[in-house]
Amino acid sequence: MRPRRGRIMLRKFSTAKGIIMAGQEHKNTVGRTEEDEAPDAAVPPSAAASAQESASTEGLDDLLDEIDGVLESNAEEFVRGFVQKGGQ
Amino acid sequence: MTAVRVMGSETEFGIHAPSDPGSNATWLSSQVVHAYAQLTGERAAGGSETRWDYTDEDPLADARGWTIPRHSAHPSQLTDRPQEQQDPAPELTAAQVALEGAALDLDDGSGGSALMMNMVLGNGARLYVDHAHPEYSSPEVTNPLDAVRWDAAGDAVALATVRQIARNPSMPGVNLYKNNTDNKSVSYGSHENYLMPRQVPFGRIVSGLTPFFVTRQLICGAGRVGLGQDGSGHGYQLSARADFFEAEVGLETTIRRPIINTRDEPHAIADKYRRLHVIIGDANLSQVSNYLKFGTTALVLDMIEHGTVPELSLHDPVAALQTVSHDLSMKVLLRVDDGRRMSALDIQELYLQAAQKHCQRSGAGDEESGDGHSAQVLRRWEEVLRQLADDPAGAAGQVEWVAKLSLLQQYRDRDSLAWNHPRLGLIDLQWSDVRPEKGLYYRLLSRGRMERMVADEAIARAVVQPPEDTRAYFRGQCIQRYGSSIAGASWDSVIFELPGDRRLQRVPTREPQRGTRALTQGLFDRHRDAAGFLAELLDFHP
Repeated sequence: MRPRRGRIMLRKFSTAKGIIMAGQEHKNTVGRTEEDEAPDAAVPPSAAASAQESASTEGLDDLLDEIDGVLESNAEEFVRGFVQKGGQ
Repeated sequence: MTAVRVMGSETEFGIHAPSDPGSNATWLSSQVVHAYAQLTGERAAGGSETRWDYTDEDPLADARGWTIPRHSAHPSQLTDRPQEQQDPAPELTAAQVALEGAALDLDDGSGGSALMMNMVLGNGARLYVDHAHPEYSSPEVTNPLDAVRWDAAGDAVALATVRQIARNPSMPGVNLYKNNTDNKSVSYGSHENYLMPRQVPFGRIVSGLTPFFVTRQLICGAGRVGLGQDGSGHGYQLSARADFFEAEVGLETTIRRPIINTRDEPHAIADKYRRLHVIIGDANLSQVSNYLKFGTTALVLDMIEHGTVPELSLHDPVAALQTVSHDLSMKVLLRVDDGRRMSALDIQELYLQAAQKHCQRSGAGDEESGDGHSAQVLRRWEEVLRQLADDPAGAAGQVEWVAKLSLLQQYRDRDSLAWNHPRLGLIDLQWSDVRPEKGLYYRLLSRGRMERMVADEAIARAVVQPPEDTRAYFRGQCIQRYGSSIAGASWDSVIFELPGDRRLQRVPTREPQRGTRALTQGLFDRHRDAAGFLAELLDFHP
């Protein structure tokens, strides 16, 4: 069981050595390591462009056939059943 | 001078159990959170979820300089005290949901409650029940490419919960949709957040952003079948959200939605920062649209801060927003208050050119020596605008509303379907299904018809690892390493509960650019247990 809020004393620490809060010098600087992952985070534009090109040579009918196969059956009922409550 | 700034996204998912259409949406949403807790084990001691620390939430503070009294607020605005939040619809209060959850006894036997309303994830994100939707709020990142990456991580989290629920024989199957409306008058948001210096006058933010927000749907609209809030008008429009906006500026997010939202909850040092809460955006699956949404908005904010943003004032921005959304030709001219008439493309072009000049002056936009992000945002923004002006259909690999329209048009051509045909409504809905085998966006992505900016492997890592260059690193690492000793967390705090210590220890994290890997990894690595970690962090010697 967790303590109820009324019972606990909340201790605030604003002196967290400056590594969490601003305004103080920090000492725990650690350099970036080889775990950094920038190179594979993005696909080079040329690769994306060639993917586009090969895609455009595929037949449209082929695409629509595939999508026919994954669409929910009974479109009217499915769309009507999708009812949401309020949101932001 | 730059597209680099602290930012983040929020996605409210549409939720649907086709085999059990009457099930309560809030309860279903809690099952989504619960499913993720089962999968990850990311929960605090005592078998409960990581609590959200509401101490610093202030949803009634208005950026224009006042706070509205609680008694005059709409109940849905009381987000700092969820127990007071009784939605007008027949949704359940947290207590009622708890009863319902207990009665159905869906406990998996792992010691956890079947009812989960909130989790803080090891990647620094928050997954929780917001109103009647599961919501993923991304960790804070510092650039638009990371915004796309950790937003897409949220879609992967949503997918994981759908799979987990599907494995549970006592639960109906649950579908999640990254969209913004049920096309029956209800809308739910996908918000952006941008950190800004407090000293920028709010009026300048409003005037600088409004024409941009009215027109940016050209590049980041997700597209929608149906016109009007209930979608009953026949046709297609650029934006999923435009028809739900009714005011220019305001505090509300669930009613009378404003183009510029004035919620003033900085979740950071309040004297120094404001958090601009942007509610007008569409939920984007297209990575290029999502990238441009964050990247161009960050550039415009930078121009506002430096006084270089184009000065123009649109006549009746709310009407203009809807006009732009309904105009597939992109040719309609909008009235500018100085007497000019400009198309949405003209206005975007004006902002682009101002941003190009702005970045040139500072050098941030240089491909070689710049900040590593602004140049790419500017280049892609220009490419997309030129493509839309010259041959809009050619932007189908990048711009989401064009991609969706292109697919719908192929169906219309093949099967001679009118815009009110249910199959087109289904395509619109299923576009955003988070399951790659059912989601039509994902079908196009797998065929290379949608451009990828972030590799799947990078997204998969972002599901479990926080960004390294914001306080999200500190939060995520605390959850990963000391989860059993964490009683709660929020954007600007992590609360520890050490065994044998009745006092909770709250570590404030009000500086979003601290708590980074560079600053804290050594500290984390030195301490396998939370007590030692806290002792060193807080200079605390019991």
